[in-house]
Amino acid sequence: MRYIPNSPEERAEMLELLGLASADELFRSIPADIQLGRALRITEPLSEIEVIAEMERLAAMNTASRQPSFLGAGAYSHYSPTIVDHLIQRSEFFTSYTPYQPEVSQGTLQYIFEFQTLICQLTGMDVANASMYDGSTAMAEAFLMAQRVTRKNKVLIAETVHPEYSEVAKTYTQHGDLKIETVHFDKESGRILSDDLSKLDDKTAALVIQSPNFFGCIEDLESLANKAHEVGALLIVVVTEAISFGLLKSPGACGADIVVAEGQSFGIPLSYGGPYVGLFATKEKYVRQMPGRLAGVAYDKNGNRGFVLTLATREQHIRRDKATSNICTNQGLIALAATIYMETMGKKGLQEVAMQNAQKTAYAAKEIAKIEGFSLPFSAPRFNEFVVRAPKDASELLEKLRTERAIIGGLALSRYYADNPNDFLVCVTEINTREQIDNLVKSLKEISN
Amino acid sequence: MSITKVTQHPTQNEELIFDRSQTGRIGYRLPKLDVEETNIDEIIPSELRRQDDLDGVPEVSEVDVIRHFTRMSTWNFSIDLGMYPLGSCTMKYNSRLNEKVARIPGFANLHPLAPVAGAQGALALIYKLQEDLAEITGLPGISLQPAAGAQGEMTGVLIIRAFLDKRDGEKSRERRVMLIPDSAHGTNPASAALAGFTVKTVNSTAAGLTDMEHLKKLCDEGGIAGLMLTNPNTVGIFEKNIKEICDIIHQAGGLVYMDGANMNALVGVARPGDMGVDVIHLNLHKTFSTPHGGGGPGCGPCCCTLELEPFLPIPRIVKDGENYKLDFNRPESIGRVKAFYGNFGMMIRALSYIQTHGAEGLKEATESAVLNARYVGHHLVEDFDKPFDSDPMHEVIFSHKKQTRKGVHTLDIAKRLIDYGFHPPTIYFPLIVQGAMLIEPTESVGRQDLDAFIDAMKAIAQETVENPDLVINAPHSTRIGRLDEAAAARKPVLRWQPDMETLSKTA
Repeated sequence: MRYIPNSPEERAEMLELLGLASADELFRSIPADIQLGRALRITEPLSEIEVIAEMERLAAMNTASRQPSFLGAGAYSHYSPTIVDHLIQRSEFFTSYTPYQPEVSQGTLQYIFEFQTLICQLTGMDVANASMYDGSTAMAEAFLMAQRVTRKNKVLIAETVHPEYSEVAKTYTQHGDLKIETVHFDKESGRILSDDLSKLDDKTAALVIQSPNFFGCIEDLESLANKAHEVGALLIVVVTEAISFGLLKSPGACGADIVVAEGQSFGIPLSYGGPYVGLFATKEKYVRQMPGRLAGVAYDKNGNRGFVLTLATREQHIRRDKATSNICTNQGLIALAATIYMETMGKKGLQEVAMQNAQKTAYAAKEIAKIEGFSLPFSAPRFNEFVVRAPKDASELLEKLRTERAIIGGLALSRYYADNPNDFLVCVTEINTREQIDNLVKSLKEISN
Repeated sequence: MSITKVTQHPTQNEELIFDRSQTGRIGYRLPKLDVEETNIDEIIPSELRRQDDLDGVPEVSEVDVIRHFTRMSTWNFSIDLGMYPLGSCTMKYNSRLNEKVARIPGFANLHPLAPVAGAQGALALIYKLQEDLAEITGLPGISLQPAAGAQGEMTGVLIIRAFLDKRDGEKSRERRVMLIPDSAHGTNPASAALAGFTVKTVNSTAAGLTDMEHLKKLCDEGGIAGLMLTNPNTVGIFEKNIKEICDIIHQAGGLVYMDGANMNALVGVARPGDMGVDVIHLNLHKTFSTPHGGGGPGCGPCCCTLELEPFLPIPRIVKDGENYKLDFNRPESIGRVKAFYGNFGMMIRALSYIQTHGAEGLKEATESAVLNARYVGHHLVEDFDKPFDSDPMHEVIFSHKKQTRKGVHTLDIAKRLIDYGFHPPTIYFPLIVQGAMLIEPTESVGRQDLDAFIDAMKAIAQETVENPDLVINAPHSTRIGRLDEAAAARKPVLRWQPDMETLSKTA
């Protein structure tokens, strides 16, 4: 086996030195009746040529990966500068462990510190951690944190938060004493229904709002923050499309108490749903209630500045069953990719890419709305996603679009919302050319006839 | 023009990117906008837009970014540089082939909500990996959704909870005790707490094994929901009474969860399913070589018996004739633990690892991992205190007991190892051994490197006697010395700001 340096001869010598007759004797402490005693029934060893061929064969079956796509809904197709994937493949980054030994981990610790800073700048918050698994689990952790901070047990979540995020939060909280209630959306605007905010009361730990929401509508976070704060609840803002930070008012500036987001848009490949990176930011006064790792400034005895993992007394390896979270391994390398993305794009790039998304989406929405029988049911301002109401069943329409025109036209909302089978969600990013958009419009027109 | 020499090479002085930023520098280019531009106020009113001009976000060129990260990278130790013997972490070689196949565009560009008809390759890959892991663990029910070990643990204990709730109905309320050994990873109790369990601690014996008498006593107290056990345990010893342990828990009405962090000692040799274990998590980033990436990402598959299979997270990936599909219709499922289907990119790498090894290669890796640990243990036993007599499996534990009389502690030994070119082992874990040094060489280290590590450890033992200050003040070879972590926690500075230096120095 080429990944194992010691040759069979060397291993035999080492066994002899240990006084063992064979490798089997290494396992004498395992009772014989629970030893496998046969070879595993898996493949023969394959060469590189064979592994690559097999993987290429499987990858080729993923026909959707090659088709022009207007899918968003929590995972987005964006441009990633070449250097992002190049730099994360440096051995020193991808083959290192969690930086528990700061003297030989300053590279990792410094980029975590830069990552935390950039997330604070984009979200408008005071502190950010070194990453969570993804946006959905970051939101679940925010629920638990809000409960710790407020000592209240009710969370109000907008129906327009990503449905899979809500499912994850339910899984995480099913055995705590947290009650989750849903706030409905306004069928005209696509935003949260103001009247339903009467559910906010002095037992509410948090109001949870996604913006842009699952339908792509931008919420009025400032007024929602005020309403939450009036009853002593926290405002948790969820962002699934991190590119929107470049253009939209930051949740922090709107009064958010906790911001959680999916960072996949920052240069991370779609990769069928992961690995992505969860962003988690909050106000300084809540830092000791945060989940996850934090890097901070420290000095050696000569006054040299470095970075260490800090405030670890919140974490599972110290606090065990009283920890703020059970998280240990996070998404370090993906946080690095996001950091390189944000720094390479820089201030101007983050602004321009966000603007291009908004402009192209506005164009696509305008053109689709012109097709006979098609409409845009929601009036609220949008960033790079919007709901289209088709004249017929959206699943069938999209399947026809895929099989006859090789276009992935979007996501039929019936996957998550039963009410309107004709609705589908369209996402347009800087990756989608005008030609692709025009072709989508033309194809929708033709196949819906 | 005079040239001023710098005291250190610039690669050692790389500032934070925020200090490098220069207004007007650009590191990217996008295509020109190819649609008619609409007045932005008509798209998004100004009160919903940012007014801060992304204040503080850096402006740098592509070259600046490349140099910045390349320089910082040189401050890290890595597996590719040498032996990284972190016990319980399994820092084995991360193959480049795995990296290559994970980046095949047909995988990398596949959207998780793509129609399943256009994603059959991805689903087939997940299904194949599930089958292989079922064979390796002897546990046929598998979900690859958990993102890391701790999430796999949480999934496992939630499954136990769901099973008990179904089996016992209302009476399940009386069964809320999760037994966890005193040597366990901190994630175990933290995960148990998330599932609403109360933790009771099981003692270890002087031989480093589960105290059977104490286990029985705790079971007699009643209310047992289950046991969370690492095997080989966290001192690197196989729990030889595992079958009896499982029987005791089952007789008490509970289930056995095994923390699979140490599966690198077992693959191809013994299977948790054959020992009586009900549910286990694996760490693809340990046993199956997906990179640790400076802290993540991982992938923590949850494997269980057929009896527990209905409770696994949704969606399940199932085979329907020749096709693969997502099955959401599992009414007894604990629910979803993560958006989409898990860290798919890690699954590709793990399958590539398994296929490259094949059955015989996996066993060879297990044997080599155990042999390497045994070899290190054999050579250091004279110089360092080995708290347990039993033969170690894939990792071996020592303590600082012989060195403390000279004022040298585990932390000092760890830092001195850095000067010798090695990453320190896991230190001060598990908590049951004072001043623990948990050494896991893995199979990826050759004999010369093992010998060099052994020599370094012996030299440090010698230095402890002859010149303890040399060890106590280590490391001497790094860019920075030991950092004052206590001061850092007292007044935490967790982000860059223009006045950061002043803030942190007044701490």
